[in-house]
Amino acid sequence: MMILSGDPPRSRLLAVLLIVIVAMLVLTPWLFPGAKAMNVAVKICIFAVLVASYDLLLGYTGTVSFAHTMFYGIGSYAVAIALYAMGPSWAAIGTGIVVGLPMAMLLALAIGLFSLRVAAIFFAMITLAVASAFQVLASQMSWLTGGEDGRTFRLPELLRPGTVLIDKSAFGFEINGRTLTYYLVFVVSALLILALLRVVNSPFGRVLQAIRENPFRAEALGYRTVFHLTYANCIAATVAACAGVLNALWLRYVGPDTSLAFSIMLDILLMVVIGGMGTIYGAIIGAGIFIIAQNYLQTLMGAASSAAADAGLPLLPGLLHPDRWLLWLGLLFIASVYFFPTGVVGRLRRPKAGAA
Amino acid sequence: MSDTATSDALPKPKRDLLPVLLPAAFALLMLPLVGSASSWATLLAASLAMGMMIFIMASGLTLVFGLMDVLNFGHGAFIAVGAYIATLVFLPLAGWSQADSLLTNLAVLVPAAVLAMGVTALLGLFVERVLILPVYGQHLKQILMTTGGLIVAEQTLYALWGPQIIPMPLPASLRGSFIFGEVAVAKYRLLAMLVGLAVFIAIQLVLNRTKIGLLIRAGVENREMVEALGYRIRRLFLGVFMVGAALAGLGGVMWGLYREQVHASIGDELTVLVFIVVIIGGLGSVGGCFIGALLVAMVANFGGFLVPKLALVSNILLMVAILMWRPRGLYAVTSR
Repeated sequence: MMILSGDPPRSRLLAVLLIVIVAMLVLTPWLFPGAKAMNVAVKICIFAVLVASYDLLLGYTGTVSFAHTMFYGIGSYAVAIALYAMGPSWAAIGTGIVVGLPMAMLLALAIGLFSLRVAAIFFAMITLAVASAFQVLASQMSWLTGGEDGRTFRLPELLRPGTVLIDKSAFGFEINGRTLTYYLVFVVSALLILALLRVVNSPFGRVLQAIRENPFRAEALGYRTVFHLTYANCIAATVAACAGVLNALWLRYVGPDTSLAFSIMLDILLMVVIGGMGTIYGAIIGAGIFIIAQNYLQTLMGAASSAAADAGLPLLPGLLHPDRWLLWLGLLFIASVYFFPTGVVGRLRRPKAGAA
Repeated sequence: MSDTATSDALPKPKRDLLPVLLPAAFALLMLPLVGSASSWATLLAASLAMGMMIFIMASGLTLVFGLMDVLNFGHGAFIAVGAYIATLVFLPLAGWSQADSLLTNLAVLVPAAVLAMGVTALLGLFVERVLILPVYGQHLKQILMTTGGLIVAEQTLYALWGPQIIPMPLPASLRGSFIFGEVAVAKYRLLAMLVGLAVFIAIQLVLNRTKIGLLIRAGVENREMVEALGYRIRRLFLGVFMVGAALAGLGGVMWGLYREQVHASIGDELTVLVFIVVIIGGLGSVGGCFIGALLVAMVANFGGFLVPKLALVSNILLMVAILMWRPRGLYAVTSR
């Protein structure tokens, strides 16, 4: 259990669920070689990291940040701009990472030092304001970011779909640059999640939980709460920027819609709440459930909407239109905060915790 | 301690005038930078009008936070709903609102504003009972619940009205401007200023001169004590929440007329602006909110005129500057 930092799933069903999700992610290129399935799988990996890093803030310290997509966007844009400006080389990816991650961290440090010293509620409002300003800035500075159109760029030779590493004749399936990129994303995501698991189960993570439960007491015990919260904010921002890097590498495109939009922030919030706050595993479950639902339920909604339109029902076609997906998401969100505050992982772990 | 003569008057609370002088100082500072006095006056009028509209929207939010310790992330939804409700009156009565008579124009404007305020107040009632009541005292859940509420409200607006922008032209008699010498002040801006000022004075009067206001202020200071004295503070909360929602609705109508168009995304846009104002003013302070709204509007207008590129981040810079000076905002009301 070293690899899980002594924090196993603690529920048989949860363990099975996690193993199934991870196994499916490992086998996706073989089982479902289509582009859509691969995209869904990659999105699950990337969002699992993003949501896990957000969980470090929301679940472990109890602070709500609305700037998480901003850090995600910084990672994406840094790599994208570097690859766009320097051409498709590994050096460009390196430059993007070396510039992007510290930038995200420093910005998180600045926001944290600035707003966390007063009250957690300030932090939520200030992150919202800063994130919206950043979004406007990114779409206005079109000479750098490509504006609303974003930037399309090429990856180094090795990661391109056209690069065939092992021919189909060898094993019966082809391993190309795309498969390699997929595994790169998967492995980095897995490492980041394990690292986050390590963070939350370290003494540092325990202090964070103490702050969440009772900030005054934590401070009275001699822990500098502002320092810990800011530190957690920086870690979360850096990990989010890493997820952004992976996102850019997979999409080979970066734009406001894919990396900065406020709707991504809502998705993250929803995944954390569905999966279970304060459990890094919840991120994997939440991301898995949510993204599969998002990709396949929208089709269902479209069908329901046109069926309702054919039946001549009033209002329903509009409410069931696939673009109104967020409406149902919002209702689901409120319902899950209200009835289901511990999320899937909390539910699965509960009986055992009650027995102990 | 005990031998202090009881006849001594209580010491007057120290008046903190520095923040009040801030907008005036800022306006004066801008005069040499802008150069021409007439464009300065026009910009000033524009900022005052915009500031008043933002104040109307933000005042509810800050009151609700001050009294109930509830931060409503869905406040923007009331703004958007108010604007949409107003279109229900404006569009069918377009003939009246475009007629060249102040009276028929007002016959559209007033019912539109009243209806919008009524509907948003009812929506506020619903939101308070359904979303906020179960999570009093839990900031984290409040933020999540009200954010969810904002999404649902915005998406419902899209589902009911469609995603297109709805035009909402100004009534005919509010178009054009009054000319004072070389300075032109748009009529609608003047109206916005007057309404905003009226709302501010009304809130101040209610808070400072009535029993309800006394209870509200007492509730801000110490909720348990007011409850212990036998007042139903929950009902007071509900009333303040509904008034806050209605004010946001009124602000939405005014903003829609100012922009002459309505779209569900104004909820999001203005939420951020309103938050900045409320933070600058100090959470819970109506006076601070008033000054904050003026400052934000001035920075937006003068900044946009002098350094257009800066306008994008000017609000954030202003907020940073204010918080460097006073970390809890201009007037820190609550101990929270």
